[in-house]
Amino acid sequence: MKLDDPLTRYVVRLGDDALIMGHRLSEWMSRAPFLEEDIALSNVALDFVGRARLFYQYAAELMGGEVTEDSFAYQRDVRDFTNLLLCELPRGDFAFTLCRQFLYDAFSLPFTQALCQSADPQLAAIAAKAEKESQYHLRRSRDWMLRLGDGTAESHERCQNALEQLWIYTDEIFECDELVDDLVAAGVAVDTRSLRSVWLETVTETLHAATLVVPEAQGAVTGGRDGIHTDDLGFLLAEMQFMQRAYPGLKW
Amino acid sequence: MNRAKADCIPLLPVEELARRRRRHESSVGDIWTLLDDVMDPEIPVISLYELGVLQDISRDGDTVKLVLTPTYIGCPALGIMEEDARAALTAGGYAQVTVETRLAPAWTTAWLTPEARRKMAEYGVASPEAGGTTCPQCGSANTEVISEFGSTACKSLFRCVACYEPFDVFKAL
Repeated sequence: MKLDDPLTRYVVRLGDDALIMGHRLSEWMSRAPFLEEDIALSNVALDFVGRARLFYQYAAELMGGEVTEDSFAYQRDVRDFTNLLLCELPRGDFAFTLCRQFLYDAFSLPFTQALCQSADPQLAAIAAKAEKESQYHLRRSRDWMLRLGDGTAESHERCQNALEQLWIYTDEIFECDELVDDLVAAGVAVDTRSLRSVWLETVTETLHAATLVVPEAQGAVTGGRDGIHTDDLGFLLAEMQFMQRAYPGLKW
Repeated sequence: MNRAKADCIPLLPVEELARRRRRHESSVGDIWTLLDDVMDPEIPVISLYELGVLQDISRDGDTVKLVLTPTYIGCPALGIMEEDARAALTAGGYAQVTVETRLAPAWTTAWLTPEARRKMAEYGVASPEAGGTTCPQCGSANTEVISEFGSTACKSLFRCVACYEPFDVFKAL
């Protein structure tokens, strides 16, 4: 699928972040440490997949023709996905999943708040829904950081290890390419660079309270926005897209 | 008017006022009434209208157009609500139905009327209140949260410290 229109490309990016994050979370279903947490992870997964659907539906509307939300989810290959690498990393252990979630939620809340001001009314409307949910997400993932970081020696160590592994993927969140810059100038997109300080403030405050250490920058891995991904995304897509690949157009 | 009396006047969010006005001034009042029988699939004691999901109804020739708004973005019940509304309209003699999903204004629990809140509490689901969450079983205010996320996207799970019963609470959104 060839995407030319800048707005459509931007909307699909946001959809990709949400879908891949939602799918990774959904992998925890029936595997979480206890029932309430299983339900919570599934709920958050549902919020993200729902968010992806709204972005993809909007992108499909912008493209017109035969394209539907499913075309974006099921009929694109790995190089066509433009999600952040942070979202696609394998779920790891519970600490890794929650640390990833916290780092993302701490960004997602100010991002959706800023997107509410978008000059594009549909993006603003989606953001207004997502923002309320992000508040819940951040409250919950922050709570887990405190419990795990300031918990047992093992939970603390696993958390700190996860943060060290994740940190090099956080730069990409605040990277803006020409596409974003043009849309920022038009008042449509959010300049994520401007969110970095508020993100770092939330992260630093929470990690300190959780007796964890903010990792030192060891470089940055990027590429997701250009379709250059880790090996892991291909395996995720293979599982997620299997039915539609094997039986194109299959319906429930 | 003294202040105490003014405080008793229930304040309606402007979006909710506009929605009620749409219904009140609608030329298809019978269709609104017909859909009052379509209940929320998860809390089957309050209607889609009472929940605030049913935003508008209009008619163009033989086609009835519904406007729905989701509670939560990923709420899988929205599809069921749409199906149920279509089935009710078909049974009522309106075969051609289109449904538009509208996101703005974003749904909020502030739209729930006291009447809807009362019905929900009787059903066992507490609604968010400014002064804290009270147990829908025994009315005690001594309650605690078990999980921020409950049996559906729109609910969290609480426990009553007085009567030990766990219960669902509509998340304040």
